[in-house]
Amino acid sequence: MTDVTLGQNAPLVFDDDAPAIKVRGYWATVGNRLRYDYVSLFFAAVIILIVLAAIFAPLIAPFDPNKTSMAFRLKPIGFRSFLLGTDELGRDMLSRLIYGGRMSLLMGLVPVVIATALGGTLGVIAGFLGGPVNMLIMRTVDIFYAFPSVLLAVAISGTMGGGMSNGLLALTLVFIPPLCRIAETATTQVRNLDFVEAARASGAPTWSIIIHHVLGNVISPVFIYASSLISVSILLAAGLSFLGLGVEPPTPDWGLMLSTLRQAIYVQPYVCALPGLAIFITSLSFNLVSDGLRHAMDVRI
Amino acid sequence: MWVYTAQRILYAVPIALGVTVVCFALVYLAPGDPVQMLLPPDASQADVEFLKKLYGFDQPIPIQYFKWLMRAATGDLGVSLQTSRPVFDEVSRALSNTIVISLGAVMLAFSLAFVLGTIAAYYAGQPADRIVTGISVIGVSVPNYWLGIVLIIVFAVELGVLPATGMGSKGSDNFSLASWEQVKYAILPTITLSMVPLGIIMRSTRAAVAEVLAHDFVQTLRAKGLSELAVLRHAVRNALPQVLAVMGLQFGYLVGGSILIETIFTWPGTGFLLSKAILTRDIPVLQGAILILALCFVATNLAVDLLQTAVDPRIKRA
Repeated sequence: MTDVTLGQNAPLVFDDDAPAIKVRGYWATVGNRLRYDYVSLFFAAVIILIVLAAIFAPLIAPFDPNKTSMAFRLKPIGFRSFLLGTDELGRDMLSRLIYGGRMSLLMGLVPVVIATALGGTLGVIAGFLGGPVNMLIMRTVDIFYAFPSVLLAVAISGTMGGGMSNGLLALTLVFIPPLCRIAETATTQVRNLDFVEAARASGAPTWSIIIHHVLGNVISPVFIYASSLISVSILLAAGLSFLGLGVEPPTPDWGLMLSTLRQAIYVQPYVCALPGLAIFITSLSFNLVSDGLRHAMDVRI
Repeated sequence: MWVYTAQRILYAVPIALGVTVVCFALVYLAPGDPVQMLLPPDASQADVEFLKKLYGFDQPIPIQYFKWLMRAATGDLGVSLQTSRPVFDEVSRALSNTIVISLGAVMLAFSLAFVLGTIAAYYAGQPADRIVTGISVIGVSVPNYWLGIVLIIVFAVELGVLPATGMGSKGSDNFSLASWEQVKYAILPTITLSMVPLGIIMRSTRAAVAEVLAHDFVQTLRAKGLSELAVLRHAVRNALPQVLAVMGLQFGYLVGGSILIETIFTWPGTGFLLSKAILTRDIPVLQGAILILALCFVATNLAVDLLQTAVDPRIKRA
């Protein structure tokens, strides 16, 4: 007999004096790893701050983000009570940046959440059913893979016209194919494993196998991949606004602010750089937290 | 090998056809009558009728698609509403400008990223590795359109050493890489464009070299007394094909996705053309440019795949 069965013949006695070996569960291990990952913790705190600032924007913002003032156009950082200066219409930059976070977070999160639900479902269906269904879904996905993501987003929202809802739709469509592919790969790997076979042999219906046996194995890679897409989504959404395809003025939005302030680059270069800095910090934070989660959850995509 | 090549090319055909379907459908995604989209707003009723007949808009959609595809195959992608020049000419003229900065960016990114990525893999877990990993995260997180603006602020506004936008007095005609006067216009866009591939190539170099270094043969090399530099040379040679493939794909992404950077620098490439077309709702240019860029992307992917198979004998594809 090999060592696999070793110890099976040992008498089943509970020795109360023996030191207890603490066995951690999966999530406890993940939590423990994250607790010592200071980089991820720091940037998670940054994200929480940005989210709180966006939620409580009316309470924090020192000025009305849409109040224009001809007398105070394009003032430098630290001009009187305008901590971060004013924009080309004399609106307070700090207030607009705080309010702008709302749009960026919305455009960053909503498409990813919807695409995860839709793409993940499609991928699990394609992976589990295989055959012609798989063929149909995955080959369609391949076609959308033939467009660089920026180009696809621009193509959809460019022809449909600007506006936030078209921007959200475009980004969602961009993210469905990669998520579908990740879910499909994970499902195909699990599908032929013995425990799925066993469940099928014992008469479990397909939906039950998917929910109880497949989903648990697919969710980690999909979740990790989706979390890495949030930063991509924020960058793309701001890019669409920058091109005039996302949020419409005068709504405060970081991409839009970057675009309108670009004209003033020779007058107030540092004020012009602020909205982009906000985008950068947010996207960097989401990227690093996503990396931290990937390490902690030990997922390889 | 030849069988794989033939299969891979055959596989690209349905993808390319799918791309044409998506591009054809774009016109129908747009709100309003597709015929009106293809004509200037002041077109007469007779013009509308003429175009309807010519393009077969009175026929079922599959036939319309087929007719459009046949025209597209001969290079007829319609006429720009703004300049009244054929869309195909507009796009192909802009494409070469995009390729200049994309190629420059990807080569710049590769030369930096390959060295840094190898260093990171060799010193895995040590400070050098952390610094390189940090740079690569910044590369993929930075909104490159913003970085472009920052570079303009620093080098054009504050220091005044490089031109901010455009392509020089001569424009895009007879652009020459031999003349510094013209090349300096390409520097800032190229650097800006290289940030994302820099981050990604660095990451994949680090992963590829680290994977090779974990192989048993590396231990053998050390055991037989090779210097560390020689060991590293073996590792790098093994990792190279994989990294080159990533570089090729990044080139494809840049050609198709340079719209924001070109808009910032008013670099007259396909991206700038697209953003102008969006602003003026020039649907024929929009559709044509997207079609050509997507087909270029398919072709790049195909080429990368075939080259990788040819270069790296370990990849055996059935």
